Amino acid sequence: MHGYANPARFLKLARPATGWFLGLGLALLFAGVIGGLFVTPPDYLQGETVLILYVHVPAAWLGMGGWAGIAAASLAQIVWRHPLAAVAGRALAPAGATFAAICLATGSIWGRPTWGTWWEWDGRLTSMLILFFLYLGYIALASAERERGGDGRMAALFGLVGAVNLPIIHYSVLWWRTLHQGQSISVTGGSSIAPELLWPLPLTLLGFSFLFGAAVLMRMRAELAIAKAEARLRRSASE
Amino acid sequence: MTPWPFVIAAYAATFASTAGLVLWAWRSMRSAEALADSLKRRP
Repeated sequence: MHGYANPARFLKLARPATGWFLGLGLALLFAGVIGGLFVTPPDYLQGETVLILYVHVPAAWLGMGGWAGIAAASLAQIVWRHPLAAVAGRALAPAGATFAAICLATGSIWGRPTWGTWWEWDGRLTSMLILFFLYLGYIALASAERERGGDGRMAALFGLVGAVNLPIIHYSVLWWRTLHQGQSISVTGGSSIAPELLWPLPLTLLGFSFLFGAAVLMRMRAELAIAKAEARLRRSASE
Repeated sequence: MTPWPFVIAAYAATFASTAGLVLWAWRSMRSAEALADSLKRRP
């Protein structure tokens, strides 16, 4: 990881990776959506509303994954003072916030025909809404710190503290059995979803993940270019 | 309840938000890199 602490070295890798991530993301997403919408059979209970699964689940995972990335970047910044860590944290936040919002919106749309309500103050829904507000707080704090020339340590601390919400979201369906269904897919326990409905999900998950990665790389490149331009302007002003 | 309006709304919200995020990130990257390049070329 420290090998890429040098921005020039990072950019050498990030420039070609951005295009690859965009291309792979679009191709995988196209395959997953076509498979999900036109090939899979309707669910015996939910009918066609189950198709929302292919966008809702990746959005939930990426919403949480984005904050896990912020927490890792915050740790790298506080412990190792990695020069790209604050840039990575600031780049991850808008992408994570977007996917947390998508998760909330698609969950609400899915809830109306399935549960008969758009919203319920259930453990999973509420903790996901808190994650979205945490993203907004992180974006505001990191922007304010950057504008004042700070080193981003306050935002990094906020990123680490906010990570407490991740296990709460994950275990909320076990701790509070309310409206949201329990865990359907686990790394160790397999899946309770029928294989003929499940197969497009890894495709859309990977597709959205590559697009998420492309957006983060583009934001990191933008931040580094702005920093470079500001440094040049400062130098020319002092000459 | 007809499921299709809900499915279409969920997919439309997802794709519009994802496309918005990617386009915003791309535009901010292009303008920032163009600014850095123009300053680099300035004598």
